[in-house]
Amino acid sequence: MLEIRNLRKTFGQLVAVDDVSFTVGRGELVGLLGPNGAGKTTTVSMITGLVLPDRGDILIHGAPLGGDTDPKKRQIGLVPQDLALYDELSAYANLRFFGSLYNLTGKALDEAIRSSLQLVGLADRERDAVRTFSGGMKRRLKLAAGLLHNPDILLLDEPTVGVDPQSRNAIFDNLEELKSRGKALLYTTHYMEEAERLADRIIVIDHGRVVANDTLSGMQRLVPAGVAGERVSLEAVFLSLTGRSLRD
Amino acid sequence: MAPTQILAMIRKDLQVHYSDRRAVIMSFVAPIAIASFLGAITGGRGTPSEPAKIPVAMVDQDGSAVTKAILSAVQDDKSLQVTVPTADEARDSVKRGDVAVAVIIPAGFGEASGLAFFGGGDKPDISILYDPSHRAEMGLVRGLMTQHVMEAVSREMFGGASGRQIAEQTIRNLDKSGMPDAQRALLRNLLMSVQKFYAEAPDANGSTDRRGGITLPYAVKEEAVTGRDNVPYNGYAHSFAGMGIQFLLFAMIDMGVGILLERQRGLWKRLRSAPISRASLLLGKALSSSIIALIILVAAFMFAGIVFGVRIQGSVPGFLAVCISSSLMAAAFGLLVASIGQTPGGSRGVASLAVLLMVMLGGAWMPTFIFPAWLQRLTVVMPTRWAVDGLDAMTWRGLNGSAAVLPTIMLIGFALIFGTLALMRFRWEEA
Repeated sequence: MLEIRNLRKTFGQLVAVDDVSFTVGRGELVGLLGPNGAGKTTTVSMITGLVLPDRGDILIHGAPLGGDTDPKKRQIGLVPQDLALYDELSAYANLRFFGSLYNLTGKALDEAIRSSLQLVGLADRERDAVRTFSGGMKRRLKLAAGLLHNPDILLLDEPTVGVDPQSRNAIFDNLEELKSRGKALLYTTHYMEEAERLADRIIVIDHGRVVANDTLSGMQRLVPAGVAGERVSLEAVFLSLTGRSLRD
Repeated sequence: MAPTQILAMIRKDLQVHYSDRRAVIMSFVAPIAIASFLGAITGGRGTPSEPAKIPVAMVDQDGSAVTKAILSAVQDDKSLQVTVPTADEARDSVKRGDVAVAVIIPAGFGEASGLAFFGGGDKPDISILYDPSHRAEMGLVRGLMTQHVMEAVSREMFGGASGRQIAEQTIRNLDKSGMPDAQRALLRNLLMSVQKFYAEAPDANGSTDRRGGITLPYAVKEEAVTGRDNVPYNGYAHSFAGMGIQFLLFAMIDMGVGILLERQRGLWKRLRSAPISRASLLLGKALSSSIIALIILVAAFMFAGIVFGVRIQGSVPGFLAVCISSSLMAAAFGLLVASIGQTPGGSRGVASLAVLLMVMLGGAWMPTFIFPAWLQRLTVVMPTRWAVDGLDAMTWRGLNGSAAVLPTIMLIGFALIFGTLALMRFRWEEA
């Protein structure tokens, strides 16, 4: 569904993303891991059109993604790292606005709002102002906003930062449900246990380059097993691939 | 451009703006309150009211008939509020700022002024002490003193006892003066005529009153020129124009800062990730801002119309044209704030300073005619000047629609300049 080919982006002298390629297929959740400043967010920003790549292609269902108004952008849903909601407005008003940006109107819009809110368990709070929501509820609503136009591809940029275990679990259930519906999910995170639990495949990116792209078990084979022969953790693999120096 | 997306942006911006109680208070209550106050102190609804009087201390160290007459005339002057302290008290009052001007008439002024009046003596001094922060009042008091002194001295010289004595004394001393013969003869004839005037028999009513003397040889007929005959000037029209423009610019700063906050909160990423053009994004913002600005201006004038009787004495289409072009200009200014601002707090501070300068130089607080000439010429580069002048022209000045054309064109020009600059500086990439 989503294919990235040889993406490159520089900011002045800094090479933020360098020759990055990967794919995300139907019903697949791919974890995108990397230290701070590795190029994860820039990669996601290029896929959503927030940043123009210097080189490379982004293919949606095999066709290259064009400019700002390319209808193929409708196939992409973004769940940004920030809350990205209007606190002053109700949950319903927020979703109505975001749905309208994808030209949803009338009954189709109302139906999309209703089903999105039901999926994230906020149907009974649709008329309440977002400022009255807990952090977890806001993040679930953020997920609903990304799903509103029923995209085939969902980009999730650290969607569980600052979320309590209950809400995180609810979000995981939502993502499993979306996978079962055939959505392609690209999930960036710093939490290794989330990638271990959710990801069908894991991409590790560092200094703008893909340093590993494999399943969890494939990743674990990259690092020698422990003395007792037990599998190493994903965190150990990650540190082995990216080093232990601080990335501030 | 997709109308659904643009309409959604407009509706959302209006909802967000009017859900913020502080923004609503700032945009409606504040301009109305301040404009009401300014309107009341700058003429109100045109109803004649007691003008403010200039506080003046008068010190009469002579006590002659002439100086008593001067003091009496000054006390009767409706422009002045007179106290009569000693010289030391008067100086102290000026120093403390209790009075703007003190006038000290020295001993011997009555006689000396009479002699000087007929050209036979040195001119006596009148001391004027003034507060340097009230230079304008000093000028007015000096003018009024000239009038009252001339009237009092001439009246005394042509009708009072001391005048008769001074005339006789001057005739006696004429031969000793160094005056040329011809002039001396003319003055002698004049003084003899004055004496003959004194010696005249009482009039038919038995009166020997010689009041008169030199007076202003004209009377002033004042007429405030406004839009139509019998329509008094309404000070609220100007104050609501000025404050309306000021606060719609403040509201647009909020809109510009709102875009910066949308960036901070990640909302701009979500907007940009949707299949919407950059033109639609900016157009949606510009239109929603223009609508909010227009609502502020129209609401302020509706209040002024209902409560203070402000009327569009000129052209209604002209008034609407100026309102709409002012709103477009303000909306483009808001976009400019969003495009060049780095942080919400810093941008608000700098933009507020810019607005205050624009409205001050644009004549929103005080009329531009009190500015120096060079500054008056300079203020034409201020969009606020055109907005306020255009609204004044269509309200209390009552000019026809053609007077709104130039302000409207200039305001649209400013909107295009601000909008182009905003477009050039706008940061589209969101890494």
